[in-house]
Amino acid sequence: MEHIDKTRLRRNDVIFIAALLAVVAIAGACLYFLRGEGNTVTVTVDGEVYATYSLAVDRVEDIHTGKDGLNRLVIKDGKAWVETASCPDGICAAHKPIHREGESIVCLPNKVVITVSTADSGNQPDIVV
Amino acid sequence: MQNKGKDTAFLGLCVALALGLAYIEVLMPPLLAAVPGIKMGLPNIILIFLLYRRGVASAATVSLLRIVLVTLLFGNTMAFLYSLAGGVLSMAVMVLLKKLNFLSVTGVSVAGGVTHNAGQILMAMWLMNTAELGYYLIVLAVTGTIAGLLIGLCGALLIRRIPNRW
Ligand SMILES: [Zn+2]
Repeated sequence: MEHIDKTRLRRNDVIFIAALLAVVAIAGACLYFLRGEGNTVTVTVDGEVYATYSLAVDRVEDIHTGKDGLNRLVIKDGKAWVETASCPDGICAAHKPIHREGESIVCLPNKVVITVSTADSGNQPDIVV
Repeated sequence: MQNKGKDTAFLGLCVALALGLAYIEVLMPPLLAAVPGIKMGLPNIILIFLLYRRGVASAATVSLLRIVLVTLLFGNTMAFLYSLAGGVLSMAVMVLLKKLNFLSVTGVSVAGGVTHNAGQILMAMWLMNTAELGYYLIVLAVTGTIAGLLIGLCGALLIRRIPNRW
Protein backbone atom coordinates (compact mmCIF):
# COMPACT_ATOMS: atom_id res chain seq x y z
CA MET A 1 0.00 0.00 0.00
CA GLU A 2 1.46 3.35 -0.97
CA HIS A 3 1.91 5.77 1.86
CA ILE A 4 0.73 9.35 1.46
CA ASP A 5 1.75 12.02 3.94
CA LYS A 6 -1.60 13.52 4.85
CA THR A 7 -0.03 16.63 6.30
CA ARG A 8 1.42 17.73 2.95
CA LEU A 9 -0.73 19.81 0.65
CA ARG A 10 -1.64 17.74 -2.39
CA ARG A 11 -2.68 18.70 -5.89
CA ASN A 12 -6.14 17.34 -5.05
CA ASP A 13 -6.45 19.97 -2.31
CA VAL A 14 -5.70 22.79 -4.72
CA ILE A 15 -8.18 21.42 -7.26
CA PHE A 16 -10.82 20.96 -4.54
CA ILE A 17 -10.41 24.50 -3.17
CA ALA A 18 -10.36 26.04 -6.64
CA ALA A 19 -13.53 24.14 -7.62
CA LEU A 20 -15.22 25.20 -4.38
CA LEU A 21 -14.40 28.87 -4.92
CA ALA A 22 -15.49 28.65 -8.58
CA VAL A 23 -18.89 27.27 -7.58
CA VAL A 24 -19.29 29.98 -4.94
CA ALA A 25 -18.24 32.73 -7.39
CA ILE A 26 -20.69 31.52 -10.05
CA ALA A 27 -23.53 31.21 -7.54
CA GLY A 28 -22.75 34.67 -6.15
CA ALA A 29 -22.58 36.25 -9.60
CA CYS A 30 -25.88 34.64 -10.61
CA LEU A 31 -27.58 35.88 -7.45
CA TYR A 32 -26.23 39.38 -7.94
CA PHE A 33 -26.55 40.00 -11.67
CA LEU A 34 -29.73 38.09 -12.38
CA ARG A 35 -31.59 40.27 -9.93
CA GLY A 36 -33.54 43.01 -11.62
CA GLU A 37 -35.11 46.03 -10.03
CA GLY A 38 -38.03 45.01 -7.87
CA ASN A 39 -41.27 46.91 -7.58
CA THR A 40 -42.74 45.73 -4.28
CA VAL A 41 -41.57 45.01 -0.76
CA THR A 42 -43.06 42.27 1.37
CA VAL A 43 -42.85 42.51 5.13
CA THR A 44 -43.07 39.29 7.11
CA VAL A 45 -43.18 39.00 10.88
CA ASP A 46 -42.20 35.62 12.33
CA GLY A 47 -42.68 34.02 8.93
CA GLU A 48 -46.19 35.41 8.40
CA VAL A 49 -46.86 38.03 5.72
CA TYR A 50 -47.55 41.32 7.50
CA ALA A 51 -47.97 43.66 4.54
CA THR A 52 -46.94 44.30 0.93
CA TYR A 53 -46.09 47.78 -0.30
CA SER A 54 -45.30 49.19 -3.75
CA LEU A 55 -41.85 50.68 -4.14
CA ALA A 56 -43.35 53.31 -6.47
CA VAL A 57 -45.21 55.06 -3.66
CA ASP A 58 -43.22 56.97 -1.04
CA ARG A 59 -44.39 56.19 2.48
CA VAL A 60 -43.40 55.64 6.10
CA GLU A 61 -44.81 52.61 7.92
CA ASP A 62 -44.35 51.57 11.52
CA ILE A 63 -44.17 47.79 11.85
CA HIS A 64 -45.27 46.82 15.33
CA THR A 65 -44.24 43.39 16.61
CA GLY A 66 -44.79 41.64 19.89
CA LYS A 67 -45.17 43.79 22.97
CA ASP A 68 -43.06 46.79 22.03
CA GLY A 69 -41.13 45.81 18.90
CA LEU A 70 -40.98 48.52 16.27
CA ASN A 71 -39.32 48.89 12.88
CA ARG A 72 -39.96 52.08 10.93
CA LEU A 73 -39.93 51.24 7.24
CA VAL A 74 -39.34 54.10 4.81
CA ILE A 75 -40.02 53.82 1.08
CA LYS A 76 -38.68 56.67 -1.00
CA ASP A 77 -37.52 57.03 -4.63
CA GLY A 78 -38.03 53.31 -5.31
CA LYS A 79 -35.90 52.18 -2.38
CA ALA A 80 -36.81 50.80 1.03
CA TRP A 81 -34.92 50.95 4.29
CA VAL A 82 -35.45 50.77 8.05
CA GLU A 83 -35.08 54.22 9.59
CA THR A 84 -35.36 53.37 13.27
CA ALA A 85 -35.90 50.15 15.16
CA SER A 86 -36.45 49.06 18.75
CA CYS A 87 -34.05 46.12 18.48
CA PRO A 88 -30.90 46.29 20.60
CA ASP A 89 -28.46 45.57 17.77
CA GLY A 90 -29.75 48.15 15.28
CA ILE A 91 -28.42 46.06 12.40
CA CYS A 92 -31.60 46.44 10.35
CA ALA A 93 -31.46 50.23 10.66
CA ALA A 94 -27.82 50.20 9.55
CA HIS A 95 -28.63 48.14 6.41
CA LYS A 96 -28.32 50.01 3.12
CA PRO A 97 -31.53 50.77 1.18
CA ILE A 98 -32.78 47.81 -0.85
CA HIS A 99 -34.35 47.87 -4.32
CA ARG A 100 -33.10 44.82 -6.27
CA GLU A 101 -35.27 41.73 -6.52
CA GLY A 102 -34.55 39.33 -3.68
CA GLU A 103 -32.66 41.84 -1.53
CA SER A 104 -33.78 41.83 2.05
CA ILE A 105 -33.35 43.45 5.42
CA VAL A 106 -33.57 41.07 8.35
CA CYS A 107 -34.26 42.11 11.94
CA LEU A 108 -33.67 38.97 13.98
CA PRO A 109 -34.70 40.38 17.40
CA ASN A 110 -38.09 41.50 16.07
CA LYS A 111 -38.34 38.57 13.60
CA VAL A 112 -39.04 41.04 10.80
CA VAL A 113 -37.94 40.35 7.22
CA ILE A 114 -38.37 42.94 4.48
CA THR A 115 -37.86 41.52 0.99
CA VAL A 116 -37.96 43.14 -2.45
CA SER A 117 -39.86 41.24 -5.11
CA THR A 118 -41.47 41.84 -8.46
CA ALA A 119 -45.24 41.71 -8.69
CA ASP A 120 -46.90 41.26 -12.09
CA SER A 121 -47.21 44.56 -13.90
CA GLY A 122 -50.75 45.88 -14.16
CA ASN A 123 -51.88 44.88 -10.70
CA GLN A 124 -49.10 46.34 -8.60
CA PRO A 125 -50.39 46.35 -5.09
CA ASP A 126 -50.32 49.68 -3.36
CA ILE A 127 -51.03 48.02 -0.09
CA VAL A 128 -52.28 44.52 0.48
CA VAL A 129 -52.58 43.32 4.04
CA MET B 1 2.51 3.71 25.79
CA GLN B 2 -0.84 5.33 26.28
CA ASN B 3 -2.80 4.78 29.44
CA LYS B 4 -6.31 5.84 30.25
CA GLY B 5 -5.46 8.49 32.82
CA LYS B 6 -2.97 10.17 30.54
CA ASP B 7 -5.48 10.02 27.66
CA THR B 8 -8.15 11.74 29.71
CA ALA B 9 -5.73 14.41 30.89
CA PHE B 10 -4.66 15.04 27.30
CA LEU B 11 -8.25 15.37 26.07
CA GLY B 12 -8.94 17.76 28.98
CA LEU B 13 -6.01 19.86 27.86
CA CYS B 14 -7.44 19.88 24.32
CA VAL B 15 -10.83 21.02 25.62
CA ALA B 16 -9.09 23.84 27.51
CA LEU B 17 -7.20 24.89 24.39
CA ALA B 18 -10.39 24.78 22.31
CA LEU B 19 -12.11 26.92 24.95
CA GLY B 20 -9.27 29.45 24.78
CA LEU B 21 -9.65 29.68 21.00
CA ALA B 22 -13.43 29.98 21.36
CA TYR B 23 -12.90 32.84 23.79
CA ILE B 24 -10.73 34.66 21.23
CA GLU B 25 -13.65 34.28 18.81
CA VAL B 26 -16.04 35.81 21.33
CA LEU B 27 -13.73 38.84 21.57
CA MET B 28 -13.52 39.26 17.80
CA PRO B 29 -16.10 41.33 15.92
CA PRO B 30 -19.02 39.24 14.62
CA LEU B 31 -18.36 37.43 11.36
CA LEU B 32 -21.82 38.29 10.09
CA ALA B 33 -23.37 41.43 11.57
CA ALA B 34 -26.88 40.34 10.58
CA VAL B 35 -26.71 37.02 12.46
CA PRO B 36 -24.73 37.42 15.68
CA GLY B 37 -23.50 34.19 17.19
CA ILE B 38 -22.06 32.76 13.98
CA LYS B 39 -18.38 31.96 14.46
CA MET B 40 -15.56 31.12 12.09
CA GLY B 41 -14.49 28.07 14.08
CA LEU B 42 -10.97 28.64 15.37
CA PRO B 43 -11.24 25.65 17.78
CA ASN B 44 -11.31 23.48 14.65
CA ILE B 45 -7.53 23.54 14.73
CA ILE B 46 -7.64 21.32 17.83
CA LEU B 47 -10.31 19.08 16.29
CA ILE B 48 -8.29 18.57 13.10
CA PHE B 49 -5.27 17.57 15.15
CA LEU B 50 -7.31 15.15 17.26
CA LEU B 51 -9.13 13.69 14.27
CA TYR B 52 -5.83 12.66 12.65
CA ARG B 53 -3.98 11.74 15.84
CA ARG B 54 -6.62 10.15 18.02
CA GLY B 55 -9.56 9.41 15.76
CA VAL B 56 -13.20 10.39 15.52
CA ALA B 57 -14.25 9.58 19.09
CA SER B 58 -11.71 11.93 20.69
CA ALA B 59 -12.35 14.75 18.21
CA ALA B 60 -16.14 14.49 18.56
CA THR B 61 -15.95 14.35 22.37
CA VAL B 62 -13.77 17.45 22.59
CA SER B 63 -16.00 19.24 20.06
CA LEU B 64 -19.18 18.57 22.05
CA LEU B 65 -17.58 19.45 25.40
CA ARG B 66 -16.24 22.66 23.93
CA ILE B 67 -19.68 23.67 22.57
CA VAL B 68 -21.44 22.92 25.87
CA LEU B 69 -18.80 24.72 27.97
CA VAL B 70 -18.71 27.79 25.72
CA THR B 71 -22.47 28.05 26.06
CA LEU B 72 -22.30 27.76 29.84
CA LEU B 73 -19.48 30.32 30.05
CA PHE B 74 -20.44 33.04 27.64
CA GLY B 75 -23.03 31.87 25.15
CA ASN B 76 -26.74 31.96 24.69
CA THR B 77 -29.16 29.31 23.47
CA MET B 78 -29.12 30.61 19.89
CA ALA B 79 -25.33 30.49 19.71
CA PHE B 80 -25.44 26.98 21.20
CA LEU B 81 -27.77 25.70 18.50
CA TYR B 82 -25.71 27.38 15.75
CA SER B 83 -22.50 25.87 17.13
CA LEU B 84 -24.05 22.46 17.50
CA ALA B 85 -25.35 22.42 13.92
CA GLY B 86 -22.03 23.68 12.56
CA GLY B 87 -20.02 21.33 14.75
CA VAL B 88 -21.96 18.18 13.93
CA LEU B 89 -22.17 18.86 10.19
CA SER B 90 -18.50 19.77 9.80
CA MET B 91 -17.35 16.81 11.91
CA ALA B 92 -19.43 14.42 9.78
CA VAL B 93 -18.06 15.86 6.53
CA MET B 94 -14.46 15.86 7.76
CA VAL B 95 -14.69 12.23 8.96
CA LEU B 96 -16.16 11.20 5.61
CA LEU B 97 -13.53 13.03 3.55
CA LYS B 98 -10.73 11.70 5.73
CA LYS B 99 -12.02 8.17 5.05
CA LEU B 100 -12.25 8.80 1.30
CA ASN B 101 -8.57 9.72 1.49
CA PHE B 102 -8.23 11.93 -1.59
CA LEU B 103 -7.47 15.17 0.27
CA SER B 104 -4.75 16.13 2.74
CA VAL B 105 -5.41 17.65 6.16
CA THR B 106 -5.72 21.09 4.57
CA GLY B 107 -8.40 20.06 2.06
CA VAL B 108 -10.37 18.27 4.76
CA SER B 109 -10.12 21.37 6.94
CA VAL B 110 -11.42 23.62 4.14
CA ALA B 111 -14.44 21.33 3.70
CA GLY B 112 -14.88 21.44 7.47
CA GLY B 113 -14.73 25.25 7.52
CA VAL B 114 -17.32 25.65 4.78
CA THR B 115 -19.73 23.10 6.26
CA HIS B 116 -19.22 24.55 9.75
CA ASN B 117 -20.54 27.88 8.45
CA ALA B 118 -23.24 26.26 6.33
CA GLY B 119 -24.53 24.30 9.33
CA GLN B 120 -24.77 27.46 11.42
CA ILE B 121 -26.65 29.47 8.78
CA LEU B 122 -28.98 26.56 7.98
CA MET B 123 -29.83 26.34 11.68
CA ALA B 124 -30.44 30.10 11.77
CA MET B 125 -32.71 29.82 8.70
CA TRP B 126 -34.64 27.03 10.36
CA LEU B 127 -34.95 28.74 13.75
CA MET B 128 -35.82 32.13 12.29
CA ASN B 129 -38.02 30.69 9.59
CA THR B 130 -36.34 33.02 7.09
CA ALA B 131 -35.05 31.56 3.85
CA GLU B 132 -33.64 35.02 3.02
CA LEU B 133 -30.62 34.24 5.20
CA GLY B 134 -29.62 31.79 2.45
CA TYR B 135 -27.90 34.65 0.63
CA TYR B 136 -25.36 34.74 3.45
CA LEU B 137 -24.32 31.21 2.49
CA ILE B 138 -22.27 32.73 -0.34
CA VAL B 139 -20.41 35.10 1.98
CA LEU B 140 -19.93 32.39 4.58
CA ALA B 141 -18.67 29.88 2.00
CA VAL B 142 -15.84 32.28 1.16
CA THR B 143 -14.93 33.07 4.78
CA GLY B 144 -15.23 29.35 5.59
CA THR B 145 -12.78 28.48 2.81
CA ILE B 146 -10.24 31.05 4.00
CA ALA B 147 -10.59 30.06 7.65
CA GLY B 148 -10.45 26.36 6.76
CA LEU B 149 -7.31 26.89 4.68
CA LEU B 150 -5.46 28.73 7.47
CA ILE B 151 -6.65 26.26 10.11
CA GLY B 152 -5.73 23.32 7.89
CA LEU B 153 -2.21 24.59 7.24
CA CYS B 154 -1.67 25.18 10.99
CA GLY B 155 -3.26 21.83 11.83
CA ALA B 156 -1.01 20.00 9.35
CA LEU B 157 2.01 21.70 10.91
CA LEU B 158 0.92 20.61 14.39
CA ILE B 159 0.35 17.03 13.31
CA ARG B 160 3.82 16.98 11.69
CA ARG B 161 5.72 18.70 14.49
CA ILE B 162 4.11 17.49 17.71
CA PRO B 163 5.77 14.17 18.70
CA ASN B 164 3.70 11.07 18.09
CA ARG B 165 3.45 10.10 21.76
CA TRP B 166 0.88 12.90 22.18
ZN1 LIG C 1 -33.34 45.19 14.00
